[in-house]
Amino acid sequence: MTWRRTAWLIARRDLLVEWRSRIALNQVFPFAGIVMVMFGFAIDDTSLMERIAPGLVMLATMFALLVLVQRSFAVESEDGALDALRTAGVSSSALFWGKSLAMAVQLAALEALLVLLAVLLYGSTVRASGVALLLATWLVTSWGLATVGTLYGGLAAGARGRETLLPLLLLPVVAPVLIGATRAVEAALGARGSVADGWPWMGLVAVFAAVFCAGGTLAFGPLIDE
Amino acid sequence: MAETSTVRTVTGRTTSTPHTRVLGLVTLVGVAWLVLFGLVLSPADQNQGESVRILYLHAPAAWLAYLAFVVTAAASALFLFTKRHSLGWDRLAGASAEIGVLFMAITLVVGMLWGRLTWGVFWRWDARLTTTAFLFVTYIGYLAVRRLGGTAEQRAQRSAVLALLAVLEIPLVHFSVKLWRGLHQDATVLRPNGDVKLDNLMLFTLLSGIVTFTLMYVWLVIHRQRTLTAEDLLDDVGLELALAERRRESIPSRPPVPQAEVPITEVKVPS
Repeated sequence: MTWRRTAWLIARRDLLVEWRSRIALNQVFPFAGIVMVMFGFAIDDTSLMERIAPGLVMLATMFALLVLVQRSFAVESEDGALDALRTAGVSSSALFWGKSLAMAVQLAALEALLVLLAVLLYGSTVRASGVALLLATWLVTSWGLATVGTLYGGLAAGARGRETLLPLLLLPVVAPVLIGATRAVEAALGARGSVADGWPWMGLVAVFAAVFCAGGTLAFGPLIDE
Repeated sequence: MAETSTVRTVTGRTTSTPHTRVLGLVTLVGVAWLVLFGLVLSPADQNQGESVRILYLHAPAAWLAYLAFVVTAAASALFLFTKRHSLGWDRLAGASAEIGVLFMAITLVVGMLWGRLTWGVFWRWDARLTTTAFLFVTYIGYLAVRRLGGTAEQRAQRSAVLALLAVLEIPLVHFSVKLWRGLHQDATVLRPNGDVKLDNLMLFTLLSGIVTFTLMYVWLVIHRQRTLTAEDLLDDVGLELALAERRRESIPSRPPVPQAEVPITEVKVPS
């Protein structure tokens, strides 16, 4: 079996497990939604909400990312699936790419939902000139968060106390994505600056995604081999 | 076996040797020297007044913390990329990271006090401060991963990879925070490093602080590394004891299995 096919099968398997259990759909997405509503309670200022909506969307995404990553690896370690896959000779980099891809798809769906909620709840508006930037940021953010989430999720998988360890490890690492994606989405939505100001920020997130994609491809094997 | 010398050090009830005692003594003298120059002999600053003396602790502590994290990264790389995968490198990385976190905490607390006196605020969202805070949290996470359990080899591999990932992460965080600050530069009372002029005595005090703290780092890391070695040995011995115990339970009529006893009598457990 080729490397590409293996990665593709792993991604399909993860998405299928997700689709059948509906955990992401029935629990994680509503969780992210309620976080958005809670932000509204905490801030309680309509004009301010509109200005900081992109940051809130990204924060809600990060919180949901933690839950998604934990879910993704809970499925693996429950029946020793990760060990079985490694014993079966599945290459660790294919495993990393497959799981990242499945995670990216879920994150992309989640972000789309959260932007929609920002429009509905916070009064954000999407302007026509910003659509390309918004789409590009959407893609690289999903991919960047998925790779780094899979990498650190693999590290914490199977360890005692991983529920508390993962946020501590993951949140400092995703800080560049929070900064870059927030600024890019602000530009795309017109909350601050022009659309042209947003592209370098999208580039920053793309650099992040590339670095952790490369790092994960190399490091995932040593991290999960035990 | 390479571990024998360490075992000998460990079985004597202390982690010090004549060399480290001398080193410790020199460090103590250095600290006294720093206190004398920092608090008494060096002059107050024209702009900052007496609060400049905080920097004689702040800057060497920051230097020590950064040095410790560089050593952690280097030792982790040596563990991963050398053929022997010696656990000595792993323990050096761990010991160094612990000391780094401690002194990073000192740096941040002392730096905030200085900031309050000089800038009027405890915290400024500039790139260097923010990256330092991230570095601090990252290495707290690193230390948590070291305590996840499993064998010493598992711990070593996991934490070494994590330490090298931190090398990827930190420049990215620093760069992005720098870009982020460039967007809306806030007005401040005094620019950091801007027009702070150091006279010769101040510079000398600062340098002696850095030398003293470097010695302190070496002294601390040697002792901590030896303690970690003892802990690893204790784990091994504890496992063997437990195994022997189980064997004895399973064969109640017969005397204990002799070969299980051999390694235990050889290695004395430090009390």
